[in-house]
Amino acid sequence: MHYESNVREPLILGDKSYKDITVDVARPVETAAPRAWWIVFSISLVMFLWGVGCILYTIGTGIGVWGLNKTVGWAWDITNFVWWVGIGHAGTLISAVLLLFRQKWRMAINRSAEAMTIFSVIQAGLFPLIHMGRIWMGYWVFPFPNQYGSLWVNFNSPLLWDVFAISTYLTVSTVFWYTGLIPDFAMIRDRAINPVQKHIYRILSFGWGGKAKAWQRFEEVSLVLAGLATPLVLSVHTIVSMDFATSVIPGWHTTIFPPYFVAGAIFSGFAMVQTLLLIVRKIFKMEDYITIQHIEMMNIVIMVTGSIVGVAYITELFIAWYSGVEYEQYAFLNRATGPYWWAYWSMMTCNVFSPQFMWFKKLRTNLVFTFLISIIVNIGMWFERFVIIVTSLHRDYLPSSWSMFSPTFVDIGIFIGTIGFFFVLFLLYARSFPVIAQAELKTILKSSGESQKKHHDPHGAH
Amino acid sequence: MATEKVYWKGFDQLANTEVSQRMAQNEFASEIPMEQFLGDEKLMGSAQTSRRDFLKYLGFSTAAATLAACEAPIIESIPYVVKPDSLTPGMPTYYATAYTDGQDFASVLVKTREGRPIKIEAGDQGRFNRGTNGRAQASVLSLYDSARLRQPQKGGVESDWATIEADLKSAVDASITSGKQFILITGSVFSPSFKGLIAKLRQAHNNFIHVEVDAVSSSEVLDVWEALTGVRAIPTMDLSAAKLVVSFGEDFLSAGSAQQMSKAYAGSRKPGKSMLRHIQVESNLSLTGSNADKRVKIKPSQVGSALAYLLNEVSNTSLAIASLDDSLKGQLKGIAAELMALKGQSLVLVGGNSGANAHLAVALNAALNNVGSTVRVDQPIYIRSGNDRAFDNAMADMSANAVGVVVLVGANPGYSRPGFPEAMAKVEYSLSLCDRLDETAALCAAAAPVPHYLESWADYMPTASDLAIAQPTIRPLFNSKPAIEVLGSLIGEAQSSKDWVKSTVSAKGLSWSQTLHDGGASMEVKSSISASEVASRAMSGASEAASTAASAKSGDFEIALYQKTVGSGNQSNNPWLHELPDPISRAAWDNYLTISAKDALALGIVNETQSNGALNGSLVTLTVGDITLANVPALIQPGQAQGTVGLAVGYGRTAAGRVADGLGVNAYSLNISQGFAAVSMTLEEGEHEFASTQLGNTMMGRKIVNEVSLADYVADPAGASWNEKPTFHTLEGSKTANEANLWANHDHETMHMWNMSIDLNSCTGCGACVIACHMENNVPVVGKQEIRNFRDMHWLRIDRYYSSDMTKDRANDENVGGIDMYAQMEVPGESPEVVFQPVMCQHCNHAPCETVCPVGATVHSREGLNHMAYNRCIGTRYCANNCPYKVRRFNWFNYQKNERFTSVNPAQDDYGRMVLNPDVTVRSRGVMEKCTMCIQRIQYGKLEAKKAGQPLADGAVTTACAQACDSGAITFGDVNTAGSAVQVAKNDARSYHLLEEVGTQPSVFYQTKVRNTRA
Repeated sequence: MHYESNVREPLILGDKSYKDITVDVARPVETAAPRAWWIVFSISLVMFLWGVGCILYTIGTGIGVWGLNKTVGWAWDITNFVWWVGIGHAGTLISAVLLLFRQKWRMAINRSAEAMTIFSVIQAGLFPLIHMGRIWMGYWVFPFPNQYGSLWVNFNSPLLWDVFAISTYLTVSTVFWYTGLIPDFAMIRDRAINPVQKHIYRILSFGWGGKAKAWQRFEEVSLVLAGLATPLVLSVHTIVSMDFATSVIPGWHTTIFPPYFVAGAIFSGFAMVQTLLLIVRKIFKMEDYITIQHIEMMNIVIMVTGSIVGVAYITELFIAWYSGVEYEQYAFLNRATGPYWWAYWSMMTCNVFSPQFMWFKKLRTNLVFTFLISIIVNIGMWFERFVIIVTSLHRDYLPSSWSMFSPTFVDIGIFIGTIGFFFVLFLLYARSFPVIAQAELKTILKSSGESQKKHHDPHGAH
Repeated sequence: MATEKVYWKGFDQLANTEVSQRMAQNEFASEIPMEQFLGDEKLMGSAQTSRRDFLKYLGFSTAAATLAACEAPIIESIPYVVKPDSLTPGMPTYYATAYTDGQDFASVLVKTREGRPIKIEAGDQGRFNRGTNGRAQASVLSLYDSARLRQPQKGGVESDWATIEADLKSAVDASITSGKQFILITGSVFSPSFKGLIAKLRQAHNNFIHVEVDAVSSSEVLDVWEALTGVRAIPTMDLSAAKLVVSFGEDFLSAGSAQQMSKAYAGSRKPGKSMLRHIQVESNLSLTGSNADKRVKIKPSQVGSALAYLLNEVSNTSLAIASLDDSLKGQLKGIAAELMALKGQSLVLVGGNSGANAHLAVALNAALNNVGSTVRVDQPIYIRSGNDRAFDNAMADMSANAVGVVVLVGANPGYSRPGFPEAMAKVEYSLSLCDRLDETAALCAAAAPVPHYLESWADYMPTASDLAIAQPTIRPLFNSKPAIEVLGSLIGEAQSSKDWVKSTVSAKGLSWSQTLHDGGASMEVKSSISASEVASRAMSGASEAASTAASAKSGDFEIALYQKTVGSGNQSNNPWLHELPDPISRAAWDNYLTISAKDALALGIVNETQSNGALNGSLVTLTVGDITLANVPALIQPGQAQGTVGLAVGYGRTAAGRVADGLGVNAYSLNISQGFAAVSMTLEEGEHEFASTQLGNTMMGRKIVNEVSLADYVADPAGASWNEKPTFHTLEGSKTANEANLWANHDHETMHMWNMSIDLNSCTGCGACVIACHMENNVPVVGKQEIRNFRDMHWLRIDRYYSSDMTKDRANDENVGGIDMYAQMEVPGESPEVVFQPVMCQHCNHAPCETVCPVGATVHSREGLNHMAYNRCIGTRYCANNCPYKVRRFNWFNYQKNERFTSVNPAQDDYGRMVLNPDVTVRSRGVMEKCTMCIQRIQYGKLEAKKAGQPLADGAVTTACAQACDSGAITFGDVNTAGSAVQVAKNDARSYHLLEEVGTQPSVFYQTKVRNTRA
């Protein structure tokens, strides 16, 4: 059995038994939804439906209902896409990379982090679809055998790489997530009284019996999937960054993008996990499982990745100056001092300065402050993508084509719609799925539970 | 031969055996056991489907199929019963004809397809004004204008021609009885037939008066020339014989004169020692002024005195001059010295409609020995002959109830002449023979449609030695009748308009079929006008003109009227003309007050960029004398002389059609006959939304338009010092952009390799190419709001850059930091130099757009072109983002159906649709489009060459833009053809690629602009 030093903080607080964990995790599924859930759900649903309306209007009328123009061909659509993909990074990082690194603290948060990943990748996936002028021809991006002559996709195009990267990521994340869910669904199935509910969870749990062999296979599959998912954490945002890095537009054509985008993605993903879990632990009273220590760990990740992103920003500026390319120099000067200076400095403030507060233990263990920073970081990361996309495009090589971008109500509506959609999915998930990987968590109860630790502690005061 | 081969299925068939004969008779090789199957009662009895069911199914499916068939769309396409000889579906037919819209005149070729005129091209025979400006190009769309009048109307109710003619006849008879006048108001008449008709009318009616009125008047100038030469016509100005042209506000490259001078201008401005030098002295920054080597700002009221000052300088006259400030005098002194150095080889032009100024210009030309050499008094041009005094007299008579009948032919004084509507109210009977129910037709008792020039027969004599014939290229769309026939009916003249033209041709002793084929003929005519007499008359009248000019009313602010591409307003319902942004301001769909930045600041006028990049401006109310014009939008215009403002005519129409109505303000209402006046302005509340297509006005220190002074060019013809190619430092040493390259090169040696050269020295920025491209390629018109949103669809645009007072060198010298430097570079100078650069798809051989398309919708051709497969495009817009030249255009909406564009896009109109080029796909919503280098023309040319069994000759294929360019700035062709024009251009020392350092290897290259500047 895993042994953990007593020096380490316990990961499960209170005097918890296995049954306590079961009951605590199953509670949101088995009890009626609190009023707060209904309120938030209704708001999210309205936002979602509004977004659906805006999407249908776009598809029915044309991309012209957005604020784009001949110079700025992408703006909020791809900004939102990259933003959501970035947010989707934390889940896999937490469940796969931290699994490989045997970070036990991930167990309380990986389920929700991964749910968040999948839901945000769904939001992200919407944008490449709806940004197409002819969405009804969208299936042409897949290399399917056809009779259109010798038509085939263009493997040189980073957009095509995106198609593969995102779809692979979504598939692997979903499988990984679902695999972990099977024993937990079985737990709910076993406790269910309502026959309909029981039947549903029976189907969902794939007839999980809890035999030792099944557990062994479960562990093996988890490890294999973790191995598969780990490179994806790096590849997805690397490939997304290549949409820009392989182009010729000053401000896009930057070799630093892959690591910079990956760091930024983890940064924003952890911030979103933070935002969601702070709410979940409060509403579902899971403070004993998602402890201050978890919050602090994630804040440290945010601080580190935020600093990496900051270094990347400064490096970009330096390289622009050092390159001696006047277009490059102007692009970065224009970012900081041109018409979109406010977006650039919002980005700098939110992404580089605000995470530095996390150096202070007092601040990084303060829940309200953490919540605030987690929101600020995601605002900053949205601006980062906006700055990269819009301020690079709006003033490129020929000043005659320079323009500006201003969103229409449809641009805004679709973005709000995806936020609504995301929360609709997450709230439904929180009411029907075990939000903590209880089966995994139980494996560390003996070694990391607060009371169990005290019990083991030879020097502890009993 | 191949058909004689016989294939057999086996030896049996070859031998024609019994078995094979039997086999050939049976449809099925083996027996089908029908009997056995149907006879099996057990099997049939156990079947689920009964006979009744079968019949039900059959009945239902028949009914359903019938119903479904009813929904099928019915497309009426009726084949020719007998194919006309001259017409092969799919093949174009060309007709030589003459274009005139009451303002311009041009000999043109009309391309028709399946009996529809779809394109105007420059005439290929040696006629007067062979080029086509934007208005001539766009005129084909005016043919399909659904706002045209379709039936004669009487009192606003549909009528018929018999009634109209009978009414006219009786009204004319009544006017004779009552002793009142019968006035015919036309534009300038230079048609021999129509002049013949007028003579007959005059003979038949002693109360007949003919009045000519031009919307933009040249009446005072014509008066001067009439007095000097005895002919009411402006002489030809011969730029090809000039080494120096000094133009005082004359916008001779775009709108000013009836003579098209851009071809001669471009010809004389070929870089070299004998390059024409051009000095422009003006208040508004005109297209002509922006091409000048030296530009001097002046107030319009000072032009006369400036001319008198020059005259005093170059000859020993001492004419009266108003006070001119010293800096202007200094500039004029310099000009005088240059003029003196080129006596007999210079040319002074003056714009506007001031008789005194015109006289002084002739006198100056006379003093410089230019009359007779560059001022060809022996070649008067008859395109302008409007007479304002005659018109004013007619208006006075009308107001005095002395006029019984007014007939208007192709004139719209109700729009361009304030006071005309009031005068018309006193007329007993009036008839407008017009193309639409315009402002004037609304004042008339009756209005009846005349055919468009593309539907009619006409003859013109723009000069004494040129006859031009206009022939119909389509059957009249509406129930129209040529004016010459309507008026002819008054005097029992039975000739049709064709007969009139025929008799003109035969009277000249010309062959009918040859003249018709060529669209006209040239004749030798000896002029009796003596240059020396004109010169001496001009000199003797100079002092009187100078004193008139010196007393010209000046003001703190003076307004000068000008013309944009829309011209005088005749064709203002033509959306192509509005969609083309103004070459200087780059604002479309508007007219506005141009004002200098300093004056704007003083008056509190602001121009502000909105969050979407669109431009908003303040509104002002203008007052000229006692006339006010409210809520005129003001646009800050670099290069505008301080203390002056400019306003374009041709806007503010109220009854031209849905495109033009309500656009801009009517500058004619200010009643400024001389073209300039003192004005006062007051700032109004509110702001105006401009549709400006260009936000970045300067080159930001980048090498975009390469420019060199003539002296440097002559000193270093190889271009090493002024046309340096970018190089890159690599491990293997210094490399050019073509050599330092990651990609495999395409093979461009074996087949055609289409290249294009754009000579920035010849390009005047007029925009005729843009309109030609628009019509050749079915480019949608998107209207003001979408242009404002930076979503114009032009495949070809003409970028205009102003010079800025801040340069990189200056920043270095003065230690200005990067941020400040770039901020100041964005601001154009107060007296900027202007450059134009046409930019279309550069057809890069290493195209950034091609690599990024996920579905391979844009690919490279073996002939050096960058193809765009609309059908394959899914509209990700990645290609447009990755295009360094930003030439790709996305179909944001369904321009053919969406209601936002109904009022502007001709493709949404049953008539307007007829102008679409059948060789080019109309693109759907959601796809990217861009310049194809007129691939349909390339394919056509290749097929024709193939049919002829000849290699494709250089010049046999050209693009619409290259063809439309009067200045010959665009050269298109195959660089793999030895000695082709484009190959020569490519090897010229002046040639360079736009953004060569990006490594895109464009197929389009530019020729360095050479400015004939003096230190």
